[in-house]
Amino acid sequence: MEKNTASMKKRQKIGNFFTYVVLIIISIIWLFPFFGLLMQSFRSYDPAVEYGGMVDYIIPKTFSLDNYRFLFSGQTNFWRWYGNTLIIAVSVSILQTIIILCVSYALSRMRFRGRTFLMRSWLILGMFPGFLTMICLYFLLSTMGLTQSGAVPGLILVSVASSGMGYYVCKGYFDTLPIALDEAARIDGASRARIFFIMTIPLSKPIIIYTALVAFMAPWCDYVFASYVAFGEDKSYNVAVAMTRWVWTNDYQGYFTRFCAGGILIAVPVTLLFMFLQKYYVEGVTGGAVKG
Amino acid sequence: MKFLKGAGSVFANIGSTFARGDWKTKLSYLLFGFGPLLRGQTVTGLAYLVCEALFIVYMVFFGAKYVSKFTTLGTVETTKVHRVTTYGDNSFLILLFSLLTISLIIAVAVIWYLNICENKKEEALLREGKKLPSNRQVLGSFLDGNFDKTLLTVPVIGIFVFTVLPILFMICVAFTNYDKTHTPPGKLFTWVGLSNFRELFGIGGGSEFSSTFFQVLLWTLVWAFFATFLDYFLGMAVAILINRKGIKFKKLWRTILVITIAVPQFVSLLYVMKMFANDGLINGYLMKWGWIKSPIPFWTNPTLAQITIIVVNIWIGIPYMMLIATGLLMNIPEELYESARIDGASPFQMFKSITLPYMLFVTGPFLLTQFTGNLNNFNVIYLLTQGKPQSMSLSNNAGRTDLLVTWLYKMTINDSNYKMAAVIGIMVFVVTAVISLVVYNMLPSVKDEGGFQ
Repeated sequence: MEKNTASMKKRQKIGNFFTYVVLIIISIIWLFPFFGLLMQSFRSYDPAVEYGGMVDYIIPKTFSLDNYRFLFSGQTNFWRWYGNTLIIAVSVSILQTIIILCVSYALSRMRFRGRTFLMRSWLILGMFPGFLTMICLYFLLSTMGLTQSGAVPGLILVSVASSGMGYYVCKGYFDTLPIALDEAARIDGASRARIFFIMTIPLSKPIIIYTALVAFMAPWCDYVFASYVAFGEDKSYNVAVAMTRWVWTNDYQGYFTRFCAGGILIAVPVTLLFMFLQKYYVEGVTGGAVKG
Repeated sequence: MKFLKGAGSVFANIGSTFARGDWKTKLSYLLFGFGPLLRGQTVTGLAYLVCEALFIVYMVFFGAKYVSKFTTLGTVETTKVHRVTTYGDNSFLILLFSLLTISLIIAVAVIWYLNICENKKEEALLREGKKLPSNRQVLGSFLDGNFDKTLLTVPVIGIFVFTVLPILFMICVAFTNYDKTHTPPGKLFTWVGLSNFRELFGIGGGSEFSSTFFQVLLWTLVWAFFATFLDYFLGMAVAILINRKGIKFKKLWRTILVITIAVPQFVSLLYVMKMFANDGLINGYLMKWGWIKSPIPFWTNPTLAQITIIVVNIWIGIPYMMLIATGLLMNIPEELYESARIDGASPFQMFKSITLPYMLFVTGPFLLTQFTGNLNNFNVIYLLTQGKPQSMSLSNNAGRTDLLVTWLYKMTINDSNYKMAAVIGIMVFVVTAVISLVVYNMLPSVKDEGGFQ
């Protein structure tokens, strides 16, 4: 018997050893691109020092801050693009959260005529690909003067306007809050609005943070619609549109390393914020996945 | 059947209310909210009346001239004589505003019906000798009994203007000849019936478009299948590894993986794209080490590009699945594993008969949304390959790694081929809807809700 447990322990040790090996390999694969990005951002684009295009080594021969200097120098609209994206992300995050909370509360707590019709039709609408309606949205925005130089408010408007359809996760959360609380408050004479503001919202901190975080992250990757709406107006680009251009144009002009530096400047604050709120994200994602 | 019954009762209600109602109610059939106004319900009455007035103004000054041309989408061409351009009809505006007007007519019809119901309700209350609610009470109800209307008004209007109306518009465009040779305001476009769909399916002579469509559709389905299931199983495997007893630094391993979710995709994907390029890091090192003579064409060889995309997507997808699986795996009762171990089950057997069934049961709907999401996974494809490599056997700019959505995007942006883009959009909808319906009804968690409890 003793021999048996000893062999089992040994086997577990070997198993753990292999698990560690696999996990370390996985970590290397997952971190490698980010390590590369960071290293390349320190390579100078100045031909006198090094080379700014694609190279076949990862550690720069000389570390320099040329790329960062270039971004800070104001030769391009980099900070403008950064500001645009930040404005879009913050506004979308706030407005979208408000709208999703309103819709989720109404659908979760109130029973009214057309409720199932509303949910079914939104489900069906969600099956149409988003880019289908691009030209029509562009027209709607341009009649309001919200394209090209007005692209930033235009992008905010479009992302916020349809956000009510993304209520699933939040409604799922509201459904788990005990309805008895609401009923007790109603017996005490509180109105629906009062219950919503005084009780439901304070109880929903995790889901509010999750909704706001997801809404905040999305505009940083918004390439398609942003490039269409802001087309040709450098000052209203967001980072994704402007910097994708750097990668797709010419490597040999040294824009590749500048892209890496810009990428680092964008990724670091967003990543830190995400890591900081990671707990809420995991809760929301897991809850959403189980409910579907 | 249910719908017909409902419609029947609505008409019966309209008729009987008119027959039984007093003169105030009868007048309300013409002038919205007239009854409530005369009965002292100023707020309700005014709201109805304002709706009617706005609608009439809208129709007279705006709606009528568009909706009257809806059947032809305009007949007067824009002409240019001696540098003077005389603008004719604009088919785009006619189609869009006609749809808007038709929707408003339906909305006003509903308001008219609600106005009748309101009259009926008030009459019934008065007949019973009860008092009507005061204006204050009516307004207050929007924070209480009618709070849903307050909450939903803005979202519903937003979704109507920026989602429903554009989708209706594009569905209509699929039945027109709107493309780069028919672009308003210079040119008119008009209804062409089903001819775009005939081209899509190659009815009446197999067209290039049709064969391209089926090839792109096939790749879209293959991609969605691999992207969903590889990520699912590998992500679960990683989660199981990290959850193993005796493994330390669990949090660290998870955090390393989660970085891929946190970093904006356009940064990480564009860098990864460059890594696999012909002059990129991977080829560079492989050549330096002398393992290969010429660069591996990760993005230019069609099959290799498809494989690389799926592999890169695993890099993106595993962390999500790992996060979800981690939480769920902890919910499986430890006793199940204990008793299996006593019975002498191997780890693989335990996975097959405990872990996997549980996970499939719980995450069924999630898998479905992942699959439909991958059908429309624009970012990964577009940032990595933009659908390239191009191929001679595909027409209309489609490339070997194009999904239906990226192809649709290219058709809109590069070719202004709006009519076919609209057709493709409808096909994406059909594919998504059919898969969702079929799979949803097959899901164990739908068929048998309490199965695992």
